[in-house]
Amino acid sequence: MATTVHEPPQIDPDRLLKPRHSGNGGWRDLVPANGDLHVALEHSPPASSSAIYVVLFAITMMFAAFSSALIVRKGSSLDWQTFTLPSILYLNTLILVASSVTLEVSRRRVAAFMGGLKSHAESPARWLYITLILGLLFVAGQYAAWLQLRAQGLYLATNPSSSFFYVLTATHALHVLGGLGGLIYVIRKLGKSTLRRNALDATARYWHFMDVLWLYLLCLLWMKL
Amino acid sequence: MHDMSAHAAHHHAPPTSFIRKHVFSLDHKVIGKQYYALALVAALCGMALSWFMRIHLAWNNAAIPGLQLLSKNGAPGGVMTPEYYLQLMTMHGTIMVFFVLTTAPFAAFGNFFLPIQVGAEDMPFPRFNMMSFWVTCTGFVVLMASFFTAEGPTLGGWTQYAPLNAVGPIGGPGQGTGVVLWAASIALFCVGQLLGSLNFIPTTLDLRAKGMSLMRLPLSAWAWFITSCMGLTAFAVLMPACILVILDHVAGTSFFVASNLVMNDQLLPHSGGSTLLWQHLFWFFGHPEVYIAIVPGIGIVSHILITNMRKPMLSHRVLIYSMGALAVLSYMVYGHHMFVSGMNPFSSLAFSFPTLVITIPSTIVVLIWTFSLYGSKLRINSASLFALGFISMFVSGGVSGFFLAQPSIDIMLHATYFVVGHFHLVMGVAAMFGIFGGTYFWFPKMAGRMMNETLGKIHFWLSFVGAYCIFMPFHYLGMAGNVRRYSTFVDDFLQPLIPVHRFITIAALITGAAQLVFLYNLIHSRFWGKPAPDNPWEATSLEWSTATPPPFDNFGGKLPVVYHDPYQYGVQSSAGDYVMQASPEQVKTEHEEK
Repeated sequence: MATTVHEPPQIDPDRLLKPRHSGNGGWRDLVPANGDLHVALEHSPPASSSAIYVVLFAITMMFAAFSSALIVRKGSSLDWQTFTLPSILYLNTLILVASSVTLEVSRRRVAAFMGGLKSHAESPARWLYITLILGLLFVAGQYAAWLQLRAQGLYLATNPSSSFFYVLTATHALHVLGGLGGLIYVIRKLGKSTLRRNALDATARYWHFMDVLWLYLLCLLWMKL
Repeated sequence: MHDMSAHAAHHHAPPTSFIRKHVFSLDHKVIGKQYYALALVAALCGMALSWFMRIHLAWNNAAIPGLQLLSKNGAPGGVMTPEYYLQLMTMHGTIMVFFVLTTAPFAAFGNFFLPIQVGAEDMPFPRFNMMSFWVTCTGFVVLMASFFTAEGPTLGGWTQYAPLNAVGPIGGPGQGTGVVLWAASIALFCVGQLLGSLNFIPTTLDLRAKGMSLMRLPLSAWAWFITSCMGLTAFAVLMPACILVILDHVAGTSFFVASNLVMNDQLLPHSGGSTLLWQHLFWFFGHPEVYIAIVPGIGIVSHILITNMRKPMLSHRVLIYSMGALAVLSYMVYGHHMFVSGMNPFSSLAFSFPTLVITIPSTIVVLIWTFSLYGSKLRINSASLFALGFISMFVSGGVSGFFLAQPSIDIMLHATYFVVGHFHLVMGVAAMFGIFGGTYFWFPKMAGRMMNETLGKIHFWLSFVGAYCIFMPFHYLGMAGNVRRYSTFVDDFLQPLIPVHRFITIAALITGAAQLVFLYNLIHSRFWGKPAPDNPWEATSLEWSTATPPPFDNFGGKLPVVYHDPYQYGVQSSAGDYVMQASPEQVKTEHEEK
């Protein structure tokens, strides 16, 4: 075997003084082949900002699979029975949309608070709590919708339409619960003053996505069931 | 000052307890090794199952010693029943595709080397990374648990076609609990791989060292990145499909079982389910899965070949674009698995066309390899031999794909040994050769010791010749009309083919035994191998510029700065004919001299 020539890694002195992630190349960084590092941009986006899109993409694919299954299943059979959606779903929709609005208000307030604006210094978590309560109300409302269906005798296995209703709404509700977990994490971190801006942004993006996803699901269920 | 910043640079301190260090470790390198160990155990299980099947196919009435211990009902006296043959076949396919071909080249090597190759200290979400491994491992345990249920594992094949996957115990042994365990295991596997993608993609996009532009990533890093994007799309579709199957079993829904289905003289209670729905959902995952298994191999093999050719590939960019094209096209071809499913013939045409188109990026990749190899002074070692073997298997297996891509020919060859030979060569053996090549190449960095080269070469030649002896005759069998998934061949026209089956079985036993050479080499070298220097192959990428084995935070508290393209070979530098990515030394490349 040939002799080993070990090149020690070159130390970037700037990098050592900075917190994690701030000095990496990142996806916008293009260094010319002559090694002139001055043209390289210093700040790459934090990993959680692209990770949240990875999560949202996976959820999109999952619901795309469920939706196409619903369309194929409905199109290929004669046993599909339509039913009227429980009316509480529309109230739930309003609650979820409202929670998106309150979250956006709280995101801006917390961001301003983190940016040092004193006018927002009083209980920056207030709107986050309101969002949390609205989110819990939404899940409770979905549960009430399942109870309404059960009272009509529509169970998971009664008909493919009810099967898809339960599967889609339950999967969505589970993801909303995940978002509630994210909100609790943000509130706790805010309480300890260790909240990072990108954690707040990622949670907000996830929550808004849950909102949009629900609007899509409601349209799908309304049209197909 | 220096020490403080070095400490602050890493977001979790090195663990001290045994459990945190080796079991529930957050370190991507330990997780990579855990994935490798899981794949190794799974590969040995899968190989043993293939031995049992091959012995049974060649000598139907032969008792296999010890098999009755695995299942009293399935193999009374050591002779397997037809149902038990199908159960072993299903488990062989599932174990190999999911827990070996996906786990080893992507999750194992990717976890260990992707952060180092991009110049990061770790993945961005180490806890999710740890969860990714343990969820996958639980999936494997759940799958293996089905061997120990009363009826044994499922017999539906690794594709688990509907309605057999959803009718319950009436479908045969293992179609009740066995299928539920199978679907639960695969759903867990999907969660594990999605968590893997969640780490791989931000690692590549956001954690690159200063100067590491996308085009400066080594081809292996590109391959893992592209594969993680594919996995993200594919596993997110398979998981809901598995959930629907489980619901058909435990909740009485009718997603996949058609109405008025009579099985074993019983009318099934399900109504109106769509059997094709499962095929669509499964193959939307299933075909990209083939590329999830092979694209990391393409990257690993390119990485190994370049190092041993001492020159870059003819085109770095075209190789990357071709891998990207494979990834995109892999989602548009899945219907070619369903040519005989009764799909609209126009759909067949629509799927046949991209299937033929996908051969273009594959061919471009092979041509780049071939013409880059032409005239190069290749250093022959175990890693480069397996890389060449990969190309050979990829081409041999790929050529039969041209035939199968055309619906008119596929209708004749579908469900014969021709297909079995095709996919075993192109995604099975080729991907395995990628894993072996990667092992011989990276073992010094992973374990800190060199592997035995002589044993490695013996392993290569036995595996190379053996794999052809096993899988080339499969094509002949298929053209002669030998149907797959039969446990015995009793038809008159199949009788003359029995000697071919016996030849294949003997070749499989010898080739399988040759893998013990690898296993011995792996274990012996791990403990008693020659200590490895930091850069034994005189390579350029970042994994070779750190210590062997790499420290906990990969670069000893200092992030590297990248000054060069990944493969600066054939240059004159103080180090020799190469300059490392992290070396600030200015060199003139051959291209610039011209």
